[in-house]
Amino acid sequence: MKGKNSAGLIALILAVILLPYIITNDYYLGALIFAGLNSLACIGLCMLMGYAGQISIGHGAFVAIGAYGSGILTASFAWSPWLAMFCSLIMAVVVAIVLGIPALRLKGHYLAMATLGFASIVHVVSVAAVDLTGGPSGIVNIPRPKLFGYLLQTDTQYFYFVWAVVIIGIYCAFNLIDSRVGRGLRALHGSEDAAASLGIPVTWYKVQVFILSAVYASVSGSLYAYYVNYIDPGPFDISYSVLLVTMVAVGGLHNIWGALTGAIVLSLLPEFLSFVSDYLRFFGIEYQQDYDTLVYGLILLFIMLFLPEGIFPSLRGAVAGIIALFKKTPRMSGQNSGPIAGRRFSGHDK
Amino acid sequence: MTNNILELDHLRKNFGGVVAVSDLSLNIAKGAISSLIGPNGAGKTTIFNLVTGFAQPSGGHINFSDRRINGMKPHAIAGIGISRTFQNVQIFPNMSVLENIMVGRYLRSRAGMLYSCIFPPILRNEEKRIREDAEKQLHFLELEQYADTPAGSLPLGNQRMLEIARALALEPGLLLLDEPASGLNARETIAMGELIGKIKEMNVSVWLVEHDMDLVMDISDYVAVINFGGLIAQGTPAEIQRNPEVISAYLGG
Repeated sequence: MKGKNSAGLIALILAVILLPYIITNDYYLGALIFAGLNSLACIGLCMLMGYAGQISIGHGAFVAIGAYGSGILTASFAWSPWLAMFCSLIMAVVVAIVLGIPALRLKGHYLAMATLGFASIVHVVSVAAVDLTGGPSGIVNIPRPKLFGYLLQTDTQYFYFVWAVVIIGIYCAFNLIDSRVGRGLRALHGSEDAAASLGIPVTWYKVQVFILSAVYASVSGSLYAYYVNYIDPGPFDISYSVLLVTMVAVGGLHNIWGALTGAIVLSLLPEFLSFVSDYLRFFGIEYQQDYDTLVYGLILLFIMLFLPEGIFPSLRGAVAGIIALFKKTPRMSGQNSGPIAGRRFSGHDK
Repeated sequence: MTNNILELDHLRKNFGGVVAVSDLSLNIAKGAISSLIGPNGAGKTTIFNLVTGFAQPSGGHINFSDRRINGMKPHAIAGIGISRTFQNVQIFPNMSVLENIMVGRYLRSRAGMLYSCIFPPILRNEEKRIREDAEKQLHFLELEQYADTPAGSLPLGNQRMLEIARALALEPGLLLLDEPASGLNARETIAMGELIGKIKEMNVSVWLVEHDMDLVMDISDYVAVINFGGLIAQGTPAEIQRNPEVISAYLGG
């Protein structure tokens, strides 16, 4: 398991290094940067949902805190982007504590409700607090950060930067999962009573992983603000939070790779659809961008019906099945999916 | 100092108007196997829940090694050396058998979240130690061949063994077993009895709730009988078997 994860991480690093040589078009590179930013938020959310069994339907709010915190502090107060990112991160942590402690003391999905409400508040504030957030017209002139004295000016540079952060994020997540703390989290997902009977402070652990996921989301938001140099309330509404949850669920919520797969697939889907629509036009079918929602819905429906564990575990099961076919040894595919991809999992309920 | 590891002093628990435990005073001897028996609904599991902090007493006191523990949270009670198993097995089905036991080493290790995030498992000595300790438990319970099996796919008998292994990994002073033999076949029940004997030899005091009277009378040093939340008899197995009140409670006389 650990070996496979290291191999996966090395493969990802190689892919990230090589991709800008294959994709030279800045537009597609930009799409991959957004995919990376979504991935970062999804990795945090995956640890909260898949490993600790809690749901946040308002994670977009933490992305917004990161984005607005960084945007306001750099553009209006001329802070260093790094310091601004760190301060937004601290703010996300504080908010996660305030929100998490009361909601996570209770068993059940109170965190989902609390975060949903919080996300609406953040969205309303970002629209209405014109003096602070610029209101609907947003904040402009957000600078790019400097790394080792170099300004991250081109899309290629920023692509490497964002994906380096994603890789660090995955690395930390894997370290955590195979540690005393990570086992504690997986344990309380399995049985809160048994976890408590072994000395694990259940509430505090749930709060901790919620804080961690908020940190991932906040960093993703900061990097977003520095990339587009301009933020407005548009991207941070409730539907973005729901999209993040969808990405994690579609990819497979019991595995970091699943969250990554889901984030990349759903981030690149609009580009893919616009690509396909050119062909459809060739056949005389007029594809409108409005249909995207319809296609999203269909894909989601398909995955929930036929791949309920998510894309990634199903893919892995299929690959294992094919390998078994070649080896000609009878073997149950999909069953040997490691300790994390739980057998008895039931979607969001646990 | 007393020879009791656990003392219940006039313990009461009401659920609304229903009295689950009424004025129960009972001592659990150190280094011995004590059993708690009684008809269904007598309040046995409630007493275990009170001792381990999963329920709070309505009155009375619980002392563990001369320290008052009522009002403490379950994880804090585990921290002072009481571990337990559950009537309906509570293993972590999504983790491997070895990982389940490694969770039991939680209190014997200290890495925090930030430290765990930054350093990979290979560089952490503690992680190695946790694994070795867990493997020792696995060996003790003779579950080695299942080390990497998802715990949820073990047969029930092994799940109960695993739950005990996990509770023992904590190195408790007192181990509470809630119906360890329920759902086990005759052969597994005998193995369970032998295991509980071995646990006693490790200098862990054992307190169990059990319905299998052959097992209880066979392994216990002391037996306490309750009915309707109150103590009706206590003593050695031989004394209990002769006690007319116990006979009437069980035979419905």
